[in-house]
Amino acid sequence: MALTKWDPERSRKRRWFYVRGARTRRLLAGGAALAALAASPPVLAQEVRYPQTLLKPAGDQARALYEAMAWDIEFITFVFFIVSLITAFILIRFKHRDGEDGLPPQATGNLRWELGAWLVLIVGLIVMALHPLKAETVFASMPKGDDAIDVQVIGHQWWWEIRYPKLGIVTANELHIPTGTPVRIATTSVDVIHSFEIPRLGGKNDSLPGRWTKFWIEADEPGIYQGQCFELCGASHARMLARVIAHTPADFEAWVRARQNPQSQPESDLARAGEQTFKATCALCHTIDGTAAKGTIGPNLTAFGTRTSIGGGVLANTPENLAKWLADPAAIKPGSKMPNYNLSKEQIDGLVAYLMGLK
Amino acid sequence: MAVAAEKLDLPVRQTRADSGLLGLISTVDHKKIGLLYLFTGILFLVVGGIEALLIRLQLARPLNTVITGETYNQVLTQHGTVMIFFAATPIIWGLFNYVMPIMIGARDVAFPRLNMMSYWCLLWGGVIVNAAWFLGGAVDAGWFAYVPLSSAQFSPGEGMNAYLVGVQLGMLSTMLTSINFVVTILKMRAPGMGLMNMPPLAWFTLMTSILAITAGIPFMVAMLFLMMDRWFGTSFFAPGGGGDVLLWQHLFWIFGHPEVYILLLPALACVSEVLSAFAGKPLFGYKSMVAAISTIGILSWIVWMHHMYTVGAGSPTNTAFVIGTKAVSVPAAIFVFIWLGTLWGGRLRYTLPVHYAVAMMFEFYIGGLTGLVNASSSVDRQFQDNMWIVGHFHFVAIGGIVFGLLAGLTYWWPKMTGFMLNEAIGKPGFWVLFLGFNLTFAPQLVEGLLGMPRRVYTYLPEQGWAGLNAVSSIGAFMQAVGIVILVIALLESVLSRRRATADAWGVGRSLEWSIPSPAPAYNFARLPLVRGHEALWHEKMHGDGKMQPVPDEEDHGRHGNAVHMPSPSFMPAVVGLGLLVAGFGGVLPNVTLAIAGGVVVALGILGWALEDARGYYLVVKEEEA
Amino acid sequence: MTTKAEAVGHAAGHHAHAALDNLKRGVWVFLASECIVFGSLIGTYLALWGRSTSGPQPHEMLAQVLPETIVATFILLLSGFTMALAVHAVRRGNVGGLQLWTLATIVLGAVFLAFKIKDYAHLVGEGWTFASNIGATTFYTVTGTHAVHLAVGLVWLLAVLVNSLRGRYSSENATAVECAGLYWHFVDMAWMVIFPVIYLLEFAR
Repeated sequence: MALTKWDPERSRKRRWFYVRGARTRRLLAGGAALAALAASPPVLAQEVRYPQTLLKPAGDQARALYEAMAWDIEFITFVFFIVSLITAFILIRFKHRDGEDGLPPQATGNLRWELGAWLVLIVGLIVMALHPLKAETVFASMPKGDDAIDVQVIGHQWWWEIRYPKLGIVTANELHIPTGTPVRIATTSVDVIHSFEIPRLGGKNDSLPGRWTKFWIEADEPGIYQGQCFELCGASHARMLARVIAHTPADFEAWVRARQNPQSQPESDLARAGEQTFKATCALCHTIDGTAAKGTIGPNLTAFGTRTSIGGGVLANTPENLAKWLADPAAIKPGSKMPNYNLSKEQIDGLVAYLMGLK
Repeated sequence: MAVAAEKLDLPVRQTRADSGLLGLISTVDHKKIGLLYLFTGILFLVVGGIEALLIRLQLARPLNTVITGETYNQVLTQHGTVMIFFAATPIIWGLFNYVMPIMIGARDVAFPRLNMMSYWCLLWGGVIVNAAWFLGGAVDAGWFAYVPLSSAQFSPGEGMNAYLVGVQLGMLSTMLTSINFVVTILKMRAPGMGLMNMPPLAWFTLMTSILAITAGIPFMVAMLFLMMDRWFGTSFFAPGGGGDVLLWQHLFWIFGHPEVYILLLPALACVSEVLSAFAGKPLFGYKSMVAAISTIGILSWIVWMHHMYTVGAGSPTNTAFVIGTKAVSVPAAIFVFIWLGTLWGGRLRYTLPVHYAVAMMFEFYIGGLTGLVNASSSVDRQFQDNMWIVGHFHFVAIGGIVFGLLAGLTYWWPKMTGFMLNEAIGKPGFWVLFLGFNLTFAPQLVEGLLGMPRRVYTYLPEQGWAGLNAVSSIGAFMQAVGIVILVIALLESVLSRRRATADAWGVGRSLEWSIPSPAPAYNFARLPLVRGHEALWHEKMHGDGKMQPVPDEEDHGRHGNAVHMPSPSFMPAVVGLGLLVAGFGGVLPNVTLAIAGGVVVALGILGWALEDARGYYLVVKEEEA
Repeated sequence: MTTKAEAVGHAAGHHAHAALDNLKRGVWVFLASECIVFGSLIGTYLALWGRSTSGPQPHEMLAQVLPETIVATFILLLSGFTMALAVHAVRRGNVGGLQLWTLATIVLGAVFLAFKIKDYAHLVGEGWTFASNIGATTFYTVTGTHAVHLAVGLVWLLAVLVNSLRGRYSSENATAVECAGLYWHFVDMAWMVIFPVIYLLEFAR
């Protein structure tokens, strides 16, 4: 990595904008929301988290973008206050007062002042424009070398297909990565334009049908990082979530090995019944590695039981939620391509047992 | 001196030829057309505003179920489309139509019939776009209509057709109006008025029109391609057939960004005029203003890809557009400098128009400065399609454009209607609108920093955006109250009939304040002789406060006690009607209807070419003679 | 002192004259926007150049009509020359010359259009239709838009011819002819860009 290592201490000293604790972050967000937020104390009192915040970058690339953003916002805040103060002064000082009848001086311009204004603005522009260009090079310089992970992210209405070409793994909506390792993402779409972004791990490039675009992300610490589709892609655009699950390198190795040797056999009678239902209906669209199910319209469901979320990431993967989803997919995701087969309670229970047993 | 009617080769009339309802349809008077535009614009503003309230209602709470995802996308798309093409645009053309020709001392625009046809195109375009609600559902692919979401495969319904036909008509209207205004400004200024002593608004009109003529075309061409893709199965934008989805984005944004300046420049024009008038000073730095307007006109051609930083164009390309985009801030900031210079040493009277103008200044600071942040290609990788962008451009679109236009609307209202506004109603309305506006959009900037995407119909409680969105929704309803109060103030002024004098505010500096309010049909009974930089102000300072007429032999429009007027014509209405019918033919799609409409258009054009349009003489009223 | 009747006649004439003066400026502004129409179309043609995924490739098809197109191009060039002669004639008050050269322009333009229609018929007959592939689509779009402009120009020139037979034009009253001439020259020049870009570039690969 050509990046200079980020030094939190240095940054904190330099910027008021740098925020570390969750509390400070909330307060700052509140401050920027002007009095709007102050007028709404319940919001601040709530113990809310911001899983997609841009203010707490968790990787090198996101940090470079954050630094540029923080600099830009400091700059404009400074300019805004200066210009506003001048404006306010002029507005008050040169207000019409009762009894003032004479004409104000009819100045039509002042060449020296005008040229000065152009000059100052052009210089200011150059300063302003050059600084964030550094972050552009960070974003655009794809990490090279074999230690980086290659991933393909393919947008579908309304879920993400995730492929690891070198590892032979295909999954959906949940991108597993090792920490401390840059991840090269190549992205495209099979239908309309989507945009895959995990804000805390870095910026985005759009998923365009007929084109591949590339970018990269990286996570410092293990954990779950939330993201979603950022380009209007139809009825369920809001329900097209994504998450990155970052493991330590050793855990990631273990995940890869487990994923390459999936457990696809049902182990209970209920699950076996579910497998039969699956073959008759679901297998038309879904694949489960190691079985006869080879459909490619819907997400690959191999090792489904290890997923943390379902339905494009909008529900936690629990048996209850899965049953709800199977009973009426469109109720959770409007316009979903997954049909409602009007499955009976028994069929749903079987499918839930079968799918949750896939490890 | 009376007109010897029998000797004239044109008819002489005591009253204008376009009074009454039929007269309104056949009118070619730029003032009546301007009022039609304004009325239409405010009507569509209300429609788009109701759609905005629906959006805010749905987003007020996480997992809200006021409207479904499908409906939300329709409302969202219609809101953007209606506001940009059918609310902001007609309000601008309405103000310009009424005020600009009078300001430059003209009796009408260069092509009066074309002017009326522009209005019909805009009206029917808006009607078609909104009619989609009743024809199998409105468009839901976003006002930017990105392919492939807007293609026949993903948006098969009539809604997308209605968008294409309606917006195409709206763009046609803008094109024709702009051509009209450019020629009017270049050819029809009163004697003595050079390009460099036109009122500032005329300069803004000129550049707005030039931008509209040039930038509108790529978008119209792109819509034509999309129509062909949808109706004839071509593949301009289908990757499978050799097309390219990015082609749409390029053509759209080559138009789409200059469009921002097309809407913003008129607002800047209104604020410049209002501040100068009520500070009692000429606009400071006229040459800088001309330079800044021209710079924006040029720079707006090298900024479009800042909407496309995330399509993978590569760093060199993006960097070029970063520089182009940020460079626009220089002329924009020059306007701020000009306003501050104008106010400096002045005696600013805080009337209702000044309230809007001053609010516009501060909101424009925020809108412009936040734009500098997302103009950085790196930072925009995070902000693209995020609520920060929504906050940013509403600070420009409402704080900048709407507030600026409202400053102009309230300033020229007495001139246009002849009635004074009641400031005791108008000012509380302003404060409610102003506070509601900030309450709506400041939280959206923070939502952006917290990673909320735009155009989502719902969000999860655990994503942490609930409080901010609730505040935002409250603000939206405050804005609605503010607009209602404004409309009440406008209605009250007409009902209470407080007559406005010629120089209604007593601070007028340009020609429109030298003629009665509302302006008579012929604008100027005698063509004014422009003797100074600010025509009326010059007479106030150096003359008797009244415009001197040009010598009779130079006033070619005047004969005896009558003034030459353009003939009213039904042909623009016929052509417009044909376009409406043909438009619905395209929407349904229905070939018979399309052909029938085309025939009506052809007949209308034929009638247009053949009818007697030499005009008539209108006898000047005694008190104005 | 002029008599009143004369003064009025002058005033009415002045309105017509001012309107025509505006028209000429309007045509200039309109043609500026037309430049962008063709710029956008040709830009699209180039952006999508060589991306046809199926069907006959454009260069195979265009080779079949290239000889006629070269002839047609010269005819269109010639029509620009006759148009210039027509405008020149009316400016000198030579109404007969105006009629002759306008007629010549119309005939040449019609011949060009006939060539185009024949080419289209041939290409469509070969199965290369509007939606065959992206090469066909962009080819028909660009040249078709030009053909429509040319047809509008022919109608305009016919109107000029009829009006000149009705004695509407003179050396002082030539603006309407000049406007038609401006438009015709624009259509002419647009083809001078389209022809090399579309017909010749295909063979440069």
